[in-house]
Parts: sequence; C-alpha cells; structure tokens
Amino acid sequence: MNSLYYQKRLSRNIGDKFFTSLSVICALIAILPLIFLVTYILIKGGSQITPELFTLEPNPPGDDLDAGGINPALIGTLIITTIASIIAIPVGVGGGIYLAEYSKGGPFSRFIRFGVNVLAGVPSIIAGVFIYALIVSTKILFGSMYSGLAGGMALSILMLPTVIKTTDEGLKLVPNELRYASLGVGASMYTTILKVTLPSSFRSIATGVVLGIARAAGETAPLIFTALFSYYYITGFGDLFYEMGSLAVLIYNFALEPYDAQNKLAWAASFILVLSILSVNIFSRILAALTEKTKRV
Amino acid sequence: MEEKLTLFKNRKRFGIEKNIDIIFKNTALVLSSFVAIILLGIILVVFFQSFESFSRYGLKFLVTSEWNPVKDEYGAFTAIYGTLVTSFLSLLITIPLGVGTAIFITEDFVPKVVREIIGSFVELLAAIPSVVLGLWAIFVMEPFFRAFFVFLHNFFGWIPFFSTEPTGRNSFLAILILVVMLLPIVTSIARDSLNQVPKKLRNAAYGIGASRWKTIFSVILPAALSGIMAGVLLALGRAMGETMAVTMIIGNSNAFSWSLLSPGYTISSMLANQFGEADGSQVSSLFYAAFVLMILSLVVNIFAQWLVKKFSLKY
Repeated sequence: MNSLYYQKRLSRNIGDKFFTSLSVICALIAILPLIFLVTYILIKGGSQITPELFTLEPNPPGDDLDAGGINPALIGTLIITTIASIIAIPVGVGGGIYLAEYSKGGPFSRFIRFGVNVLAGVPSIIAGVFIYALIVSTKILFGSMYSGLAGGMALSILMLPTVIKTTDEGLKLVPNELRYASLGVGASMYTTILKVTLPSSFRSIATGVVLGIARAAGETAPLIFTALFSYYYITGFGDLFYEMGSLAVLIYNFALEPYDAQNKLAWAASFILVLSILSVNIFSRILAALTEKTKRV
Repeated sequence: MEEKLTLFKNRKRFGIEKNIDIIFKNTALVLSSFVAIILLGIILVVFFQSFESFSRYGLKFLVTSEWNPVKDEYGAFTAIYGTLVTSFLSLLITIPLGVGTAIFITEDFVPKVVREIIGSFVELLAAIPSVVLGLWAIFVMEPFFRAFFVFLHNFFGWIPFFSTEPTGRNSFLAILILVVMLLPIVTSIARDSLNQVPKKLRNAAYGIGASRWKTIFSVILPAALSGIMAGVLLALGRAMGETMAVTMIIGNSNAFSWSLLSPGYTISSMLANQFGEADGSQVSSLFYAAFVLMILSLVVNIFAQWLVKKFSLKY
C-alpha cells in the first residue's frame, strides 16, 4: 500500500532530485555570466556616450587627455556593411532562387547546398586572408591596397551563405498551390517567382538577410587586414579606395592600447555596436513571433 | 511538382518573354554557382600562396615551433597546438553546461514563459560580436580570475598544465571566453534536437515506470544524440576559427608551453597579429598556417554535415 505514495528516500527519487538540481546549476552557470556581460557592456559603454562621440575624429593614442569621437568608424561600418550587402544580397537571393525554384535536387544543387554549409563554416579570418591575397596584395582595385571596398568584399563572403540559406528556405515554405495557380493562368517562371513566390516569402527572407547584415556589422577578423583602420573623416566617394575605419576594428585597436581614454572609446563603440545588433535581433524576433501568431489564427 | 511543371515547359511563348525567362534562369544558375567558385577560390588561393613555404618546410612546419622572421625559419606547432587545446578544452566545459541548460529549457521545471525567455536570451547572446567579448575579457574577466589562477598555480603547480606563474593574459582565459561564445551555439542546437524527439518516446518511457531522469538518460538523450553531436562539431569549427576574442586575451606568444597559465597562440590569432606587417617568406608561412586552419575547420564541418545527413530522419 505504501508503495503507491511518493517516497523521498527511494534511490530513483534521490537521483532525480540530484540531476534536476544539476541541470538548474548548469543553466545558472550558463546564463548568469551572459547576463553580467550584457549589463556590463550596456552600463559601462552607455556611460561613455556623449554627443561629441558621434561627430569627432578619434585622436591618435598617446594623447591621454581627450580621445575624441568615433564618427569615421561609425560611418565606415555603415559603408563597409552596405558594400557587403550590395554584393551579397543579389548574389545570395539569386542563388537561393535557383536552388529553391529551378533545381530538381540533382547533384549540382546538392553540391551547392553543401558548399553553402561549408562556406558558412569557413573561419572569418580566412575570408580576410583570401581577400588580402586576391585584392589587397595584387592592388587590383585601381592600385589601392587596403580599402573599404576590399573590407566590404571580405564581409560579403561571410554574408553570402546566410542570404542563400534564408532565401532557399523561405521560398521552400511557399505552398506549391501558389506556383500552380500562377503558372496555370499563363505566367512564365520568372513572373511567377518575381510576382508571386518572392513577395509571399518576402518577410522571412528579409528577416534572415537583416540578421545576416547585423552579424556582419560586428565582424572584425576579415577587416583587420583588408580595410585596416583610419583616424580621419570620410569625406567623399574616393575614400572607398583608402583605408577605412570601422567600429569593430576600433574596438580591437583601442582595447589593446594602454591608455584609459582610448579604452573608454572602445567601450562606447561596443555599446553602440551591441545595442544596434541586439535591437535588430529583438525586433526581428518580435516580428517573427507576430507573423507566427497571425498565421495560426 | 516537377512533372506538372514539365507540362508547361513546352508551351509556346512570345519570343521576348521566353528569352527573359531563359536569361532569368541562367542568371540564377550563375549566381548560385558563385558559392562554389568562392569556396574553390579560397582553397586554391590559400594553397598556392602557401606553396613556397610548403615546399621549403614541408610537414616539418607542423611539428616545429621556431618562428623567426630574421632567420627565416618557420614552424607553427605552438599555434596549431594552441588552436587544438583551446578549442577542445573549451568544448569539454561547454558540452555539459550547454546540454544541461538545454535539458533545463526543454523539461518542465519552470513555466513555459520563463523557459522561452531563457532560450531566446541565450540565442541573442550568439549575436554579440566576438571583439566585444574580447574587450570584456580583457577588462572584466582577467582581473576577476587572477586570484583563481594564482590559487591554481600554488596548489596544482605540479601538474604541467598549471606550472607557470600566471601573469595577465593566458590560454586559460582564452578557453573561458570561448566557452562563453560556444554556449549559445551548443545550447540552442541541443535544445532543438531535444525538442524534436517525439513525445510518444517520452510517454512510453514514463508508462513503463521510468523516472524523469531515467527517461532523459536512456531515451531522450540517445534519441537526440546525433543532433547534439552535430551541434558540438559546429561549435568545434567555430572555436577553431574564432579570432578576435582569443587574440585579445590569449597573450600572443609563440614560446611553446604546456601550461595553460602562460600566454599562448592559436593559428587565427597568429594571422590576426602578424598578417598586417608580414613580408617575404613570412607571408607564405602565414598562408601555410591559414591553410592548416582551413583544412581543420573544413574536416570538422564536413564531418558535422555528414553526421546530420546520416542520422537525421531517424524518427
């Protein structure tokens, strides 16, 4: 009769309690440092934010009094990420369209899908090394060596797999009935893709692409010897062919400086970078959750 | 779908529209083959750039740790060893933590809302750039762990891994920051594969009287093992290629040491440090090191994909 009741001392119950608390401890160990990290970055970086930060050039290290601002790096990050997007989005969306709409699961498309996964796993610094060998050391871009353009190309290699994958998967989710309907009323393949399937999967593709851009904005390794770094304002189109600063490289360079003023600038840049990346992520997450809900209804 | 589409294929269309259709298809085809071109390009370019160093040092490059641009002698053993040690040890810490957290999220210990918040929080952390983690490691983690390292050295100094006096940045800190980076990856993939285990397996185990953890260990985890393994391998690839955070905290020294408390090197941190100002045969040697790194991460990645393909769709 007793055996019907929960017995604390039974070895299986003790074991269960033990492992349950173990997993709670694991979760705590895993999550607490992460919470500390985010709050620390936000508080420490947030306290360095001043209006001048956004308008001034950074002063060369060594001048301990005033570090200046991060304007060139901020603009540089925007430019380099834009260049990367301009290259990666058309190529990636086009490739994704081929994989999802035209390929029939043959060896070619299997090879490309495999290649996308492999490319996604290539270490980001290798992308930098590749662009260095291909563009920086050969001076193929009108004789310029380190340039924002080369940096953007290196970043586009990292964005490409994400864009292809999200396009491929987004298009595959479009129900076939839509395609049949469009083809059935006499539309050609490209009209069907451009007017029916792409628009209906636009939101999921856009979300993936935006997340990919956010990820690329924080990448440093491909930039340290392709775009290098610059202390000076970006004044015109020609600056694309010269060294260009970026927030990520600024953080790397200034974190390793022995001067407090430069370190503070690195924290401020981290704050801006993390805040923008996190808000993009959270926003797209909320958007995805909302669409999920409306679909269910 | 294919059969039905072929029905439409042979229909006659106006010339222009037909041409646009063909152009559109071929453009997409060319764009998709860019992936293969870039991938092959990376492999070929890095290989040919490293050829000079490869023919001069051969496989000796992999086992010697002399790195002397003045005497023109190069060997990447310290960096290769550092890459392997930091990535494997960090995985060793991450796997139990990540899988434990994933189990915590997938079981019903706490309400679903809390679990979902924890889950998406962990995923958000994967988005934090590694250079920011490096900054955090330099200014927060290193001072925090200093006393712990002194303690390790004083009490376990007889173990070769803790044999040197801790002085600032070292390999152990690199391992710890890698754990912070890998946790989100392992946790979210482990959670996804645990979630994919069919409910009826769990119910069957409960039905024959298994306790919760008996069910987890004997039914759920084995069923999710392939997915978790693939996630672990992906994390391993990430760890080996991870550059910024490691470069900032590992101390960057090419002097070989067994001790984790001494400054070390990884292939990627060596590249990040030296590539900008290298010239002559040093460049070629760096490309050789990059080639080694690429092969390592390619092997891990391909193995991970093979594992996914082989063991997915089991249920």
